Amino acid sequence: MLDLQGYGGLLFKGAQLTIYVGVSAMVIAIVFGLIAALCKISKSKVMRFLAETYTTIIRGVPELVLILLVYYGAPTIIQDILALFGKNVYISVNPFSAGVVTIGFIYGAFATEVFRGAYLAVPKGQIEAAKACGMNVILTFRRITLPQMWRFALPGLGNVWMVLIKATALISVIQLPELMRNADIAARATRKPFTCFFAASLFYLAITIISNLFQQWAETRANRGVRRA
Amino acid sequence: MDFQIIIDSIPRLLDGTLVTLQITALSVLLGFCLAIPLSLMRVSKNRLISVPTYGFIFYFRGTPLLVQIFLIYYGSGQFQEILSQVGLWNLFKEAYFCSVLALTLNTAAYSAEIFRGGIQGVPYGEIEAARACGMSGALLYRRIVLPKAIRIAWPAYTNEVVFLLQASSLVSIITLMDITGVARVISARSFAFYELFLFAALIYLILVYGLLFICKRIEKRLTGYLNFQH
Repeated sequence: MLDLQGYGGLLFKGAQLTIYVGVSAMVIAIVFGLIAALCKISKSKVMRFLAETYTTIIRGVPELVLILLVYYGAPTIIQDILALFGKNVYISVNPFSAGVVTIGFIYGAFATEVFRGAYLAVPKGQIEAAKACGMNVILTFRRITLPQMWRFALPGLGNVWMVLIKATALISVIQLPELMRNADIAARATRKPFTCFFAASLFYLAITIISNLFQQWAETRANRGVRRA
Repeated sequence: MDFQIIIDSIPRLLDGTLVTLQITALSVLLGFCLAIPLSLMRVSKNRLISVPTYGFIFYFRGTPLLVQIFLIYYGSGQFQEILSQVGLWNLFKEAYFCSVLALTLNTAAYSAEIFRGGIQGVPYGEIEAARACGMSGALLYRRIVLPKAIRIAWPAYTNEVVFLLQASSLVSIITLMDITGVARVISARSFAFYELFLFAALIYLILVYGLLFICKRIEKRLTGYLNFQH
């Protein structure tokens, strides 16, 4: 039924780039999320305010608008600022980095809440015990809090990943040849848009199913030391 | 920062805001009407009903909304002849119809899962009590299960509505002039990219947090009997 007229390879290549974009964006999201979560639970008011603003704004603006803002808006804003200092430069962002950074930045806001919840779920007594053993803040975080946070954060991070990988489809708008964009090319060439986009959707579905299985495996593994009632 | 361009484009951006709100409201309404029966079919004991429903929900939750919009808008072109014969082509060639259809199906799938959680969260004692009073079938669902399930599901459903409002920005890709669409067209002509996209982002922020505020008020109303103070 799905006769892709030789465009199957193009779609497969696109799917590879989609996964590559998704994984890179996820790494950025985890870094942003961890930093923002640490800011949110810190005692400094400024840090808390900054992190709060970040999550509030990002969760209130559509991904598409942010992607367009970064891809088209960021170069012009930098050029305008440099022009104020009498420097005329031409800046362009490549779609890959614009897409990866924006998606990572957006889902960092969602990961923030996951990490904050996970941090609060680590029993306080353990942090006090670490302090009693003479560990400083960084050592406590690295040895005690972070390893345990993963367990609580995994289900939430899995959800973030599922939404993130679907959001990568939006990068096709800025012409990155990922799955959606290649499906579009194939659809135009073969004049079979339904077939091509349906095939693309099956690729996404496959990614979702595999991610689901991986998540289950990772959660069982992370919880292997936990006694169940 | 060129403020003049922003001021000049405010009327058109407001038109775009209306389109965004219209599409969102229509899809939320239709999606809600579709989600309730879907969630009931999903928890049905008859596997012939529950398995296909699960398949529908799984497909729409497992694929990006953009693919769904493209499948309906561009994909329908592949079936132009058949659709013309049954008189549906006039609908499917409209970007507006396709957008609302895609958003409706998408939100129906997500909401059905949310309501399923609500239905399964209804305390069993309440259902037993209703049965003891002689209610069954439709009456039981109408009076006891659904009102309680919607209360349980409301916070999650609120999130879904907010996501839908933001997701409606994708309709700009298939040429509709919503907030994002207007911002894209004006910025492409005037090269005032960041001014317009920042302003569009601001409108979305206001809409999202306004909507959240209203939903919180409704939530307080719905669960008012739980917070009753003597």
